Amino acid sequence: MSLGNQGQDSRELKLQPKLDVTLRINGVERHVSLRPWATLLDALRDYLDLTGTKKGCDHGQCGACTVLVNGRRIVSCLTLAVMQDGAEITTVEGLATNGKLHPLQQAFISHDGFQCGYCTPGQICSGVGLIAEGHAKTADEIRELMSGNICRCGCYPNIVAAIEEVMRGAAPESAP
Amino acid sequence: MINFDYVKARDVGDAIKQIGGHPNARFIAGGTNLIDLIKENVARPTRLIDITGLPLTEIEETKAGGWRIGALVPNSDLAYDERIKTRYPLLSSAILAGASAQLRNMASTGGNLLQRTRCLYFYDPAMPCNKREPGTGCGATDGFNRMNAILGWSESCIAVHPSDMCVALAVLEATVHVTGPKGDRAIPFAEFHRLPGDTPERDTNLAHDEIIVAVELPREGFNRNYSYLKIRDRLSYAFALVSVAAGLELEGGAIKSGRVALGGVAHKPWRVPEAEQRLNGQRPDRRVFGEVADIILRGASGFAHNSFKIELARRAIIRTLEQAAAGTPQSQSVKSIV
Repeated sequence: MSLGNQGQDSRELKLQPKLDVTLRINGVERHVSLRPWATLLDALRDYLDLTGTKKGCDHGQCGACTVLVNGRRIVSCLTLAVMQDGAEITTVEGLATNGKLHPLQQAFISHDGFQCGYCTPGQICSGVGLIAEGHAKTADEIRELMSGNICRCGCYPNIVAAIEEVMRGAAPESAP
Repeated sequence: MINFDYVKARDVGDAIKQIGGHPNARFIAGGTNLIDLIKENVARPTRLIDITGLPLTEIEETKAGGWRIGALVPNSDLAYDERIKTRYPLLSSAILAGASAQLRNMASTGGNLLQRTRCLYFYDPAMPCNKREPGTGCGATDGFNRMNAILGWSESCIAVHPSDMCVALAVLEATVHVTGPKGDRAIPFAEFHRLPGDTPERDTNLAHDEIIVAVELPREGFNRNYSYLKIRDRLSYAFALVSVAAGLELEGGAIKSGRVALGGVAHKPWRVPEAEQRLNGQRPDRRVFGEVADIILRGASGFAHNSFKIELARRAIIRTLEQAAAGTPQSQSVKSIV
């Protein structure tokens, strides 16, 4: 059985050439050469050694791959790296400044906002995006606007508490 | 993923030129549905034409007093736009009921219209599906069809359109502006999406080489009496089992006119003009709303796992109309239904 009604015969096609892409990641300009079908997620992890961004479902359903592109949170698994040529990307590796954790990273520690930690980079990038967007005012609204980030360990109450604290501008407790 | 060619369109004319002669090429904007379909081997384009650089990102007032939304306005920008929130809160509400914050930041207005069904059998190339591969049959009819249609389906396809935004656009009677090699066309929203019939592979009446440039909203926005109620298997970030968009125009305690559309139940947002006419001149009460629901659901029939949606839809229609009449639209963050 053939696959799909829009089939192509790969024998008739030569492999597409690599394309040069420039991304400004965490303030540093990076150049990478990749095939058009490389997602931003794969470019970060496999070509640029930025493995903080996690691959969960790879289908936009779990949020583990959330990064900020030009300041907005997106899922990096559902965009092509070539489509982001010239974009400003922030990953979890870029949130701390001068060795000091981002307030939301600190709040996740203070509120015990994770257990296994696999969803955490995506949760934190998503939370940073949520705070920047400024649409959430209540815990209900935080929950709704964080619904794109799934936590299999079930740390949701503590994640909401961490985001709420930073959103309200309270200084998170320092780590022990 | 598969081996495809990538080009970036310089302008709308260039985009149309780039797709000409490439029957397996696709435009790409937000990518939230298309890239997923490529990964699943459901869509197998030979070329992607990136249209994200086109100047289709404005929200502008029209001479007729409506609003024109560029096809590339992200769903989140549209939902949170102050002018849209004020004039068309039903549209904002429906958009915010769909997907997640990340996906709304990526997905475009035009792309939302063109997203494909999430029917499990369409998404699985190992299964028969007349929409994905005409002539192979429908796996859903005798399969796991909880998310499938109860209205307007055919022997060949029981898929539903997954959009929330489109249900609101149906009520608002938007116009879809498209352009292609043969020039510009304005397609009334009700004629944009198709019923499956025996050509379920065609979701819309857009030609392969046409591109959506804008969605236009007419002046009437039902901004006082409206509601969008979405019922799903979890409280957020799930496709609708049933959703209802309603807008009412009230005058002196009676309904002057009203519109209702259903999502999650058919191959396109479902409207029944006869049911809407039943609202005219009536006092808003549960008896009338029940009659309206019965007319909308006339002829509805389900399958092994989704017949419950008929009664669910009936109750959701009544509740949504009550919310609209009372001026207490459904909140999309506090999920209790009042």
